[in-house]
Amino acid sequence: MNPRLRWRKFVSNFMLTITGLCALVAVSVLFLILGYLVYHGGVSVNWNFFTKLPAPVGETGGGMANAIVGSAKLLALATLFGVPIGFLGAIYLAEFSGSKMAFVVRYAADLLNGTPSIVIGIFAFSIAVHPFKHFSAYAGGFALGIMMIPITLRSTEGFLLAVPRTLREGAMALGASKWKTIATVVVPAAYRGILTAVLLAFARVAGETAPLLFTALGNRYWSHGFNEPTAALPEMIYRYATGPYDDWHRQAWAAGLVLLALILVINIIARAILSRGSSVPRA
Amino acid sequence: MSASSTTLPSAGPVAGSRSFLSRLREGDEIVRLITFLFAASVVLITVLLVFELWQGSVLPRHRFGFAFFRTSVWDPVFEQFGGLPFIYGTLVTSAVALIIAVPLGIGAAIFLAELAPARVSDTLEFFIDLLAAVPSVIYGVLGIFIVVPLMRDYIQPALKQSLGFLPLFKGPGYGIGFLTAGVVLAIMVIPYIISVSREVLLSVPRDQREAALALGSTRWESTWKVVVPFARTGIMGSIFLALARALGETMAVAMVIGNSPTISASLFSPGYSIAAVIADQFTEATGELYTQSLIELGLVLFLLTFVLNGLARLLILATSQRGSGMGNA
Repeated sequence: MNPRLRWRKFVSNFMLTITGLCALVAVSVLFLILGYLVYHGGVSVNWNFFTKLPAPVGETGGGMANAIVGSAKLLALATLFGVPIGFLGAIYLAEFSGSKMAFVVRYAADLLNGTPSIVIGIFAFSIAVHPFKHFSAYAGGFALGIMMIPITLRSTEGFLLAVPRTLREGAMALGASKWKTIATVVVPAAYRGILTAVLLAFARVAGETAPLLFTALGNRYWSHGFNEPTAALPEMIYRYATGPYDDWHRQAWAAGLVLLALILVINIIARAILSRGSSVPRA
Repeated sequence: MSASSTTLPSAGPVAGSRSFLSRLREGDEIVRLITFLFAASVVLITVLLVFELWQGSVLPRHRFGFAFFRTSVWDPVFEQFGGLPFIYGTLVTSAVALIIAVPLGIGAAIFLAELAPARVSDTLEFFIDLLAAVPSVIYGVLGIFIVVPLMRDYIQPALKQSLGFLPLFKGPGYGIGFLTAGVVLAIMVIPYIISVSREVLLSVPRDQREAALALGSTRWESTWKVVVPFARTGIMGSIFLALARALGETMAVAMVIGNSPTISASLFSPGYSIAAVIADQFTEATGELYTQSLIELGLVLFLLTFVLNGLARLLILATSQRGSGMGNA
């Protein structure tokens, strides 16, 4: 082997090792994050954390029960608002629309998807807070719902379009009307994909903080109904982590652990649903 | 059949084949109308978003005009608002993030696409996808409690000792500031670069690699001189996508950047970004002009990400079409 070739082989192996290291570093970040959260937050995830209200400022103890319930409320509102628009809009795109309208809707959805969450927050503020002169869970749910629309819409459309045409033709040959074909053949054939899309959209907005800061605002007490300022887990993490008290930091770690665990579990479930057998039957 | 109203290949061939009345009776037209309304509402929301941002920032646009982007005084008391420090902070932190994230991300993507066996590659990609799902406020918590002390105690002193002659690394290191925000952003955008670049690299036809290897190149040479150039535009797209994410990232940056409207050549200096200042001051903004100035910053951010996302999509599309156009391997 001449030295030139040896050198080239050395460079090849060296650079390829470096790319491997890059991959290792990138993936290890996930485990570092998990490790730190468990290490700092693990001990504080206890019964109090899930059942108690935040302690008065300056006192130690208390929990984040109101933020957990608040997050659930906000996410329920967001799902109620965002998923129907995304799902039905996707049906229109995949089944009814001409190409021009489809292009416009897709473009709008991609635009929304790329919009920074803080800008969505401003928008929700000017639509749902400013006219009513008070912060509310409705406004927060609206902001999060807007963020769910593009994710649900684009993936649902993709899964609907992947349903083989022969299935539709089969249903229609049996005399089913178009909407019956969609409701009983096309959507059931794509339901795994659609469910995955909804779960991923849900997980995505579950951790969003920025759009809540001036819509749901946050609350140190229980909020009654949906028309009051409402606490949310990510928003509490932000306030506690940037606050001055050690006990707040402890609870921020704990809340971070709970939030991340929830999001990762939903993500893993979503991917498991999708990979458990193909979502679309082969024609 | 031939009059089918849709051009999508998989949509059922129904529309032109029956009379309007029979379709109405069977409910097709009703369903079509309902779903149309939902699809149209997506467009409506987007238009409304742009309109509200434009309408909401009328006052500062009239009052300051383009001086808003040139001046750096941010004084709510005397109602002087200049956005330059925030635009500067956003650009500097994003630049730092890209300088760190691009080599790392592309390196990892090359490993996943070219070297790793499919199984390993898919498993690692799964972890990368999970990493992309970690919410930004969690990165913020780790930023405050882990990265900031690390920067203050080890990295900033080391940088000052070795590269302190550069204006970039002058001044006291508090831990918080442009550099730290950039590092946290880098960690956040790496998954996006890896995922998209990996897809793009995988779409490069196998003949390209085989031809290079057959000509006697080493594995690295075939990757670096043939595969990567082939996927160049798509990789650029992934970088633009990451940049758009970095520009709009709010919580993690707001928690570590130091929140002070400073323009300083030193990366150790605390600063502010557009997203961070909106998150920080929007609820306490008193007076229309103050609020509207923040909304104008939001508009700037929106336009920046809009342009970058558009470019990214074009680039990624261009590569994947090129890849599939040359036959799949």
